Amino acid sequence: MTCQVRQGLHALVVLLIHYPQTSLKTPLLSCFFFFITLHHFLLFFFFLYFFLADMAIWFARSRNIVSSLRQNLGLSAILIKRSYSSPRPVTNYPLSSRVFLGPFTSYRHESTAVETQPDLVQQSDHEDDAQELDFPGGKVGYTSEMKFIPESSSQRIPCYRVLNEHGRIISDTDFIPVSEKLAVRMYEQMATLQVMDHIFYEAQRQGRISFYLTSVGEEAINIASAAALSPEDVVLPQYREPGVLLWRGFTLEEFANQCFGNKADYGKGRQMPIHYGSNQHNYFTVSSPIATQLPQAAGVGYALKMEKKNACAVTFIGDGGTSEGDFHAGLNFAAVMEAPVVFICRNNGWAISTHISEQFRSDGIVVKGQAYGIRSIRVDGNDALAVYSAVRSAREMAVTEQRPVLIEAMTYRVGHHSTSDDSTKYREADEIQYWKMSRNPVNRYRKWVEDNGWWSEEDESKLRSSTRKQLLQAIQAAEKWEKQPLTELFNDVYDVKTKNLEEQELGLKELVEKQPQDYPTGFHI
Amino acid sequence: MAARIHGGAGAGAATALSTFNPKKLVAPSRTNLPAITRSKRYIVASGSDASNKSLRVRHSQKLIANAAVAVCLLSLILHELLLFEALQEGLEEEMDRDPHVCVMGEDVGHYGGSYKVTKGLADKFGDLRVLDTPICENAFTGMGIGAAMTGLRPVIEGMNMGFLLLAFNQISNNCGMLHYTSGGQFTIPVVIRGPGGVGRQLGAEHSQRLESYFQSIPGIQMVACSTPYNAKGLMKAAIRSENPVILFEHVLLYNLKEKIPDEEYICNLEEAEMVRPGEHITILTYSRMRYHVMQAAKTLVNKGYDPEVIDIRSLKPFDLYTIGNSVKKTHRVLIVEECMRTGGIGASLTAAINENFHDYLDAPVMCLSSQDVPTPYAGTLEEWTVVQPAQIVTAVEQLCQ
Repeated sequence: MTCQVRQGLHALVVLLIHYPQTSLKTPLLSCFFFFITLHHFLLFFFFLYFFLADMAIWFARSRNIVSSLRQNLGLSAILIKRSYSSPRPVTNYPLSSRVFLGPFTSYRHESTAVETQPDLVQQSDHEDDAQELDFPGGKVGYTSEMKFIPESSSQRIPCYRVLNEHGRIISDTDFIPVSEKLAVRMYEQMATLQVMDHIFYEAQRQGRISFYLTSVGEEAINIASAAALSPEDVVLPQYREPGVLLWRGFTLEEFANQCFGNKADYGKGRQMPIHYGSNQHNYFTVSSPIATQLPQAAGVGYALKMEKKNACAVTFIGDGGTSEGDFHAGLNFAAVMEAPVVFICRNNGWAISTHISEQFRSDGIVVKGQAYGIRSIRVDGNDALAVYSAVRSAREMAVTEQRPVLIEAMTYRVGHHSTSDDSTKYREADEIQYWKMSRNPVNRYRKWVEDNGWWSEEDESKLRSSTRKQLLQAIQAAEKWEKQPLTELFNDVYDVKTKNLEEQELGLKELVEKQPQDYPTGFHI
Repeated sequence: MAARIHGGAGAGAATALSTFNPKKLVAPSRTNLPAITRSKRYIVASGSDASNKSLRVRHSQKLIANAAVAVCLLSLILHELLLFEALQEGLEEEMDRDPHVCVMGEDVGHYGGSYKVTKGLADKFGDLRVLDTPICENAFTGMGIGAAMTGLRPVIEGMNMGFLLLAFNQISNNCGMLHYTSGGQFTIPVVIRGPGGVGRQLGAEHSQRLESYFQSIPGIQMVACSTPYNAKGLMKAAIRSENPVILFEHVLLYNLKEKIPDEEYICNLEEAEMVRPGEHITILTYSRMRYHVMQAAKTLVNKGYDPEVIDIRSLKPFDLYTIGNSVKKTHRVLIVEECMRTGGIGASLTAAINENFHDYLDAPVMCLSSQDVPTPYAGTLEEWTVVQPAQIVTAVEQLCQ
């Protein structure tokens, strides 16, 4: 830098010294000197430019930027290099020899001097500042700066949202538009889910079913994600996603049958309520252990990839479930396998009584995606349109690019964890009330649908009363429907009953026939 | 449909060969069979002339003999290979036969598997169908279950059976259960296989006997192979089964050599194998202990005993039919197993035999198992945690008093 300054000043000084003198001599000489002056002017600005460039470079902290600039600036790179390289014998030419072609000549001489020894320069650079080295896993750049990556970035990953709290589309937001038919259907299903949750919860409280688990507060995630998928996409739920099945055509009667475990239940009365499953609807049977569905989803994605189907696996998990080992393994596997899987995490703030502050220390779940090499997004889970757009895009990415995608949907679990839980024991009733009323996803979406003129109060009351009626009838019918016979106890353990099972069945039959009074009425073989 | 189900090894073929001279025969091939059946029909329809009959009877006898030998010879087109090669052959044949069969596990791809059971398969079928997974047993077992529910037939390899303890959640809660809890809507035709058992100084963590931990899980089937013949047969049967099957191999048996038939065969998953028929005592065993038992049997035969040795093969469910018939014949049972004393396969088998065949027993069921200790590393110590032939001989002598 000092060289350029010096040379620039040299040129200026020469200019100032010679110009007054030359004007007094012959015109030819004066022309000659004029051109020299001009030349010096240009040189001066030339050097000034690089001086300023150097200043900028000097302020840059990282050598990497310098090195990249070096490559990019060409001739000037050599200039810069000279200043940064190890002290070289830059000869100080006396001012007199710098007249006319002085600076230029000496500069060119130095530049060629530099050029003939590029290897030396490179080598000396490598010794104290190499660019990158090979390790298993690829090239990685070096730094002499010992810097720890902070445990969290200064800013949390922002949340993608389309509708504001008043149900108005935020300006300049990008989203996938929905038709009136789709929008209305989405709203209807969300309202149906609300009614279904309410009625079944009450039924459990009345002792008619043994257990129930509501999705209150998460209707938008349930319905909007289902709406964004195709029927061939295989869904592996956790347990708070009955809305996906509802969207796909599972009737209220079928829901009731499973909850009552009667003869019409597709699960043949073998699972607890809410453990729905239907191969027709591509909805894998809910399995109680948390997060076991995540590696299975990687397997489904693998199978779909092998069979080259235009479909993906979609799996759901809560915030608590992401602490399970299966979450990490499932994501890692899907990434390595390049399997078409969409992982949707419903971050609803609570895992029974464990708040997310006690569950993990990271910025939610979305930042974990990158750790596994998975594209991720954080979405406002209470905004149906945002969820729809995100899931739709994720699904396209998963299928066309054959890669997993992670979606973290931020929401709030308004209801208790299940009917075996009373959440007022570990959280404020005010908090629950706030999220239930002011941040309700159904109301928010309803405002948007009504603003478009696609829904009215009349439609609302009609839908709710008819759904309620249908549900009550379904429950009454399911209750009366006979239960599974004893033979179903031993079926489906294997494809064909083994001898020990046949023996056990026979033994039980004999017992029941011998002493029918010890067994409940309606218990038939 | 060319597969034939063999209950046992080719013992029948050996006896047939000793009676007849194969040189007289035309080289047997499948095209000969229709000719033989046609001639049989001719024999049945023959007339009543005495002299002709005797000629025809001798002729028919010769033809029947020829038929028997041809059938035997068909199974005598043998090739010799090691047990791990037999497993590989079975796996390869099934992968050729059904494009849904795939393999997943650690290092099963281009490396060919830690015990070379999947050698060459990745080159042949590609590295998506023979998948190298990251290290997480629960995850790749879960992955296999998910893939199976979607229509594939995965063969999941655990590098060592002991590592599958990490996959217990998936195996117990999902693999065994989902067919039942989904009401039969989803099937899980997986095969989970890997080497287990006490090896040569592998340390406690690598010498686990998982069959004792898995035996209670409803919904799964367990089989243990012991010879190249039954290894290939059981592998093929397990892959074709609609139920989840756990195939237990043994670390020390991979280099066993045997001649197995060229033609296709599968072994019944629920059947036990009669290794050596006898009269005095029934010895029930499986996997590596079979060889200790056979070694002891040699000594016992010299001492004048006639043990009946049955390789139970099917660990879940037990083949109580074969076992029962044997118990009814000999009235004495000795179980020799590698599981630990407490809660092993032997313990369950003792209970099952006592319950079902108590009236036929002349002496209490005796069970020789490994000690209830973690397997030590030192060779001398390790040797005495498992049952040795000397102990078997003593036990038989004790039972037969």
